[in-house]
Amino acid sequence: MTSSILNIEQISLAFGGVKALTDVSFSVKKGSVFSIIGPNGAGKTSMLNCISGRYQPNSGSITFDGKNVTNLRPNDRADLGMGRTFQNLALFGHMSVLDNIMVGRHHLLKNNWLTGPLYWASGAQKEELEHRRKVEEVIDFLEISHIRKSIAGTLSYGLRKRVELARAMALNPKLILLDEPMAGMNLEEKEDMARYILDLNEEFGITVVMIEHDMGVVMDISHEVMVLDFGKKLICGLPEEVMADPYVKRAYLGLEESEEVSAEQQTTLEEVS
Amino acid sequence: MSSLTMRPCGDFRTSYKQDNTIFETRTIRNFAIIAIALLCAAPYLVDAYYLTLFIQISYLGIAALGLNILVGYTGQISLGHGAFFGFGAFASAWMNVSFGIPVVFCIPLAGFLTMGVGMVFGLPASRIKGLYLAIATLAAQFILEDFFARADWFSGGSAGSSADPISLFGFAFDTDESFFYVALFALVFMYIWGCNLMRSREGRAFIAVRDHYLSAEIMGIKLNKYRLLSFGVSSFYAGIGGALYAHYLGYVSAEGFTLFMSIQFLAMIIIGGLGSVKGTLMGVVFMVFLPEVLESGVGLMKMTEWGNIPMVVDGLAYIKEMAIGLVIILFLIFEPEGMAHRWAQIKNYWKFYPFSY
Repeated sequence: MTSSILNIEQISLAFGGVKALTDVSFSVKKGSVFSIIGPNGAGKTSMLNCISGRYQPNSGSITFDGKNVTNLRPNDRADLGMGRTFQNLALFGHMSVLDNIMVGRHHLLKNNWLTGPLYWASGAQKEELEHRRKVEEVIDFLEISHIRKSIAGTLSYGLRKRVELARAMALNPKLILLDEPMAGMNLEEKEDMARYILDLNEEFGITVVMIEHDMGVVMDISHEVMVLDFGKKLICGLPEEVMADPYVKRAYLGLEESEEVSAEQQTTLEEVS
Repeated sequence: MSSLTMRPCGDFRTSYKQDNTIFETRTIRNFAIIAIALLCAAPYLVDAYYLTLFIQISYLGIAALGLNILVGYTGQISLGHGAFFGFGAFASAWMNVSFGIPVVFCIPLAGFLTMGVGMVFGLPASRIKGLYLAIATLAAQFILEDFFARADWFSGGSAGSSADPISLFGFAFDTDESFFYVALFALVFMYIWGCNLMRSREGRAFIAVRDHYLSAEIMGIKLNKYRLLSFGVSSFYAGIGGALYAHYLGYVSAEGFTLFMSIQFLAMIIIGGLGSVKGTLMGVVFMVFLPEVLESGVGLMKMTEWGNIPMVVDGLAYIKEMAIGLVIILFLIFEPEGMAHRWAQIKNYWKFYPFSY
């Protein structure tokens, strides 16, 4: 039995009268791929923002790797080994791809404003080069070596997504949060991305929590799936279990009219029983 | 630092070290070294007047680089840079006179002291941004100006304070020729410092905070620390520049460090190019030489028959001032990204000639 790396207990988040999340609890096993699905506005990104520290939940607690991180700043969570990517690209647009990824090494580097400028004398150069080597490993892994000197803001959408993943990976994370890693990609790019996610999970042992709308991908690569709707957890379990759920079936997989009616009847029946 | 994706034929990089140099190519580096070597010979070759101009470029350039780190790289804004420059000047003179610390040590100490002051006035930056921050830093300008005028113990009040020339091992750098070397050394040292800062951890963090502060925070960068630190580093540079200024002139008075000076620093870095070390220097050279060029233009005009028209002769001083303003406006319209950007374009044009890309 693998232990859980992330424990979410009774998280609630409200923006004024809007309840983005209501009493959501789940736990993510170490080394697994965990997907969060749900319709737009269901609170998926809010959930991710709570985990990564953008939002402070109104109640509940988040335990990451045995530490209560509920009230930690996002940058402290990065130190603990939590990386993430964003739904809307959040690269540093004027930096080169290489520098973008080097920013991911920030919390692992030690040179500061005094030792950094004394580049040759203080060992900052040695340190930078060592970390450059690590960054190149990530670059090789994600196959972006041809664009490493390009300015991030000039790249295509698919590549930018990949650079963002590289930047998150450079953090040396134990857990990586992916917010719609495949949104707006064509089939080929999606397949590539799915491969990278699987590889980083299997080769590097990084736990993945992702939000994704492409059900095919979600069902194929995740070990566990959670469905959110109106800020509430509907169901959480193995992909097959979730797929079998009539609500999910209707919302995502699309059924024939007649089937839909029967599915609806089934749900009402379930609710009654 | 090096961002060129196109490199000349035969310039291969076989190690990460080679790929992370200050200068983009070996040729550029060699040119820079030759330029510095030529500058070393300058006191024997050129008129003392040009040396004073260079010294001016040096201390203004150091301070302007600080402002560029704050404005161009970190995306903050400061309208109090002139006051920090002044604070460095007074602090260095004060430490030298009151505590008898040798001037050589006073200059870096003044930098650190100004850094502290700058960070205090930079505190609002962790909360506010943009125009609001500009107004908050305006407070620094006025408070410090007032402080210079009133704190007799520190600045000598309205009388100003005198500053000894830099002396090292009994040799006093009190002439233009000798101070020129101090200025050259300081300029090169501080610019290398700046280049190294921008290619190490803190520099990347500054740019990350500017480009996307939310994801910078997710990447483990403490936003408030870096916003404050950029104020600190920028004031450090201003303090060093100011201290050099003080020990060069030998006398500091409170009148010089006005809002106008702060605006001038901003103009320098905007003309030179925000977020570019090389651009900063270009902007400073431009702003120092522009009045000189216009001055000589006015001199030429006086020699022609226009010089006989009294109205023109009387108005020449104003025409010069207006021309400076006009040039700056034209620059902002036609090259908002600064001289560094234009320089890159010119270079590309030559590199790819006769093809346009």
